Amino acid sequence: MSGDQITVVVSAIEQVAPSIREFTLTSKDATLYPFSPGSHVVVEMQGESKTYKNAYSLMSDPWDTDAYKIAVRLQDSSRGGSIYMHEQVEVGDELKITPPANMFAPEWGAKKHVLIAGGVGITPFMSYLPELMRRDADFELHYLYRGNNTGAYKAELAQELGARYFGYDSVQGEKCDIATLFAERLLGTHFYICGPESLIEGVKSLADECGVPASAIHYEEFAAPQPGMPFEVEIKSTGVVVPVGAEESMLEALEAAEIEVPNLCRGGVCGQCVCQVEEGEIEHRDHFLSGAEKAAGTAVMPCVSRAKSKRLVIEI
Amino acid sequence: MRVAPKEIQTFRDDFTYTNSPEAIQRFPFPFPEDDYRYSVNMEPHTPKGGEGSAYEKFLDIDEHYLSEMKERSLVLKDMPHRCLAMEHMDLACWDMIERCMVSLAEDYPEHFVLECDGDNWTWENKLLDIKDTFVFGDSSTLPMPPMEYMGRQLQGDFALLDQREGDLFLDAGIITCPADWSLAFDAGMSFSEWHGPVPMAHSEGIFERALKYLTAIQVGKPVRRLNWTMTINARMDTSPETYHEWGHERTSVTPENVGEKVYLRVELQVLDRMPRSNAMMFSIRTYLMSLEDIVSNPEWAKRMHRVMKTLPAPLIDYKGLTRYHGMVVDYLSQFDKAN
Ligand code: HEM
Ligand code: FES
Repeated sequence: MSGDQITVVVSAIEQVAPSIREFTLTSKDATLYPFSPGSHVVVEMQGESKTYKNAYSLMSDPWDTDAYKIAVRLQDSSRGGSIYMHEQVEVGDELKITPPANMFAPEWGAKKHVLIAGGVGITPFMSYLPELMRRDADFELHYLYRGNNTGAYKAELAQELGARYFGYDSVQGEKCDIATLFAERLLGTHFYICGPESLIEGVKSLADECGVPASAIHYEEFAAPQPGMPFEVEIKSTGVVVPVGAEESMLEALEAAEIEVPNLCRGGVCGQCVCQVEEGEIEHRDHFLSGAEKAAGTAVMPCVSRAKSKRLVIEI
Repeated sequence: MRVAPKEIQTFRDDFTYTNSPEAIQRFPFPFPEDDYRYSVNMEPHTPKGGEGSAYEKFLDIDEHYLSEMKERSLVLKDMPHRCLAMEHMDLACWDMIERCMVSLAEDYPEHFVLECDGDNWTWENKLLDIKDTFVFGDSSTLPMPPMEYMGRQLQGDFALLDQREGDLFLDAGIITCPADWSLAFDAGMSFSEWHGPVPMAHSEGIFERALKYLTAIQVGKPVRRLNWTMTINARMDTSPETYHEWGHERTSVTPENVGEKVYLRVELQVLDRMPRSNAMMFSIRTYLMSLEDIVSNPEWAKRMHRVMKTLPAPLIDYKGLTRYHGMVVDYLSQFDKAN
């Protein structure tokens, strides 16, 4: 009845640009869920010393339940997951993914949809396009890329979308005049941005200057699982000390040590799991405690929150 | 043992509705503690309570299936607007059809059969003697609009909430057994708007937290909560639209008949993310149990006495219990002598 993780098999890998690989994932047992445009999955990768969890947009047709597609750009910076996906994963390998979740859905009430993609930020829009076309919606795609380096899919998009496609190759000095897009917008137009932080920030501040309401601007905000630093939690009354790893929640660690904590939502809203804090500094990540309660530092929600100090002494 | 659907009983006029001993035993009693306060009482909708429990399956079909479907058709005949779906909810309606048909066919293969050949689907409901073939996603291939088609075969009310701007909007539903609220009135409203009349919970931040939780619910991870109120006689349709038929019944309660007249009305609410549309499906499965039947379980009788005695005045008022609340407490006190 409830699906936690899905095991998928990597059935194809394609190098679509020098730094971008596309993975086709097929289901191992049941069929895959259909999903809504803009959805992502969290892929769990079992590295040698640690488990990586990265969120990737689904870029296949939302109605296609035979396979999911994701594209992974090799990041130069520390995120180990992309290196793992590029260097370790081979066709035939199994991966664990979460069911699709959506933090970046189209506003179907919009009169017109303007999609602005930077580089690999094209991925969520790949799932928008089939549905926009099925619904006969008014839309255009503006694709900003750096030559062949990040310009995967440009030829097929140009062909498929025709006059609704606008490409800008920064290597060729081509620039997208976003201020003009804003100035010439029709009433009821919604803008969607996915790409590097700098692009999103730039578009947001331009929108502000041009008087585009914030409600008409959408950008991808990943709710990637939030690991943290390892720490220890001590139960005051019993003196039992439980280590909490970087990739697990305090609640999970306590449960693994067979210490029962009442809980319902496991998402920081229901208030069931609240524990009293006797010692230690808390990193609050819940929506349950009020600002004043958080500041007081005497209560913690172990399902999501963590410790800033090395040890937290609590009472259940 | 699961309870099998039985012959049609009524939720109006002569009120022939009864609960069998098995139905009493599996009743989702809503009070985990001696006092009741509003809270964000949500938990994952995973099986609980073993075989035959109301929490065993995604959708609970019980002995009242035929009676409730009959009652629904009576309501819709008089008031077709008790079912509505805004145009942009069509895809969500199909998500709902898939979710409900697939789970019914899996959970109750003796009653429901689904055969899918690509988009050509054949659905058989043996309880209602329905067999239809249609094209998935094409509303013109169903004998009636998708929400109504599915809703007429499901126990409990259903709403579909469109998710946008970080909020939920009540844009579709089939609501024929509401606890005093109106779909026509609430249609198009946001989460905090349609919850407007509820006392205490807004200022306690309950709805704010609940909404954050709901908008993050993922596909395949449904959650449930219980809500409750009281109803005089086993009346399913306590809607504002029919208030003139039931409002006055509150004055008919006496110390002599309180046990049989007053029903505890429990709603098992399930929230489930719809995959294609990103909408939320909200199902409200209503269970009615007379106080007489409740007190056949001594634990329930005691617990309920304590809950009723300590119920905050704003809740007594909002739930419409004012006229007979005292009689309920007096009646229950005989089963809780220590208190
Ligand atoms: C998203 C789906 C939901 C829908 C469509 C819905 C709808 C409603 C409606 C129509 C009412 C009656 C308001 C009136 O008096 O007019 C109500 C009452 C209420 N709702 Fe919700 N609701 C939903 C989810 C929730 C959730 C998740 C909570 C969790 C805290 C909640 C808590 C309540 C409470 C406490 C009441 C008062 C009930 C009583 O005392 O009888 N609702 N809801
Ligand atoms: S389990 Fe709900 S707040 Fe922690």
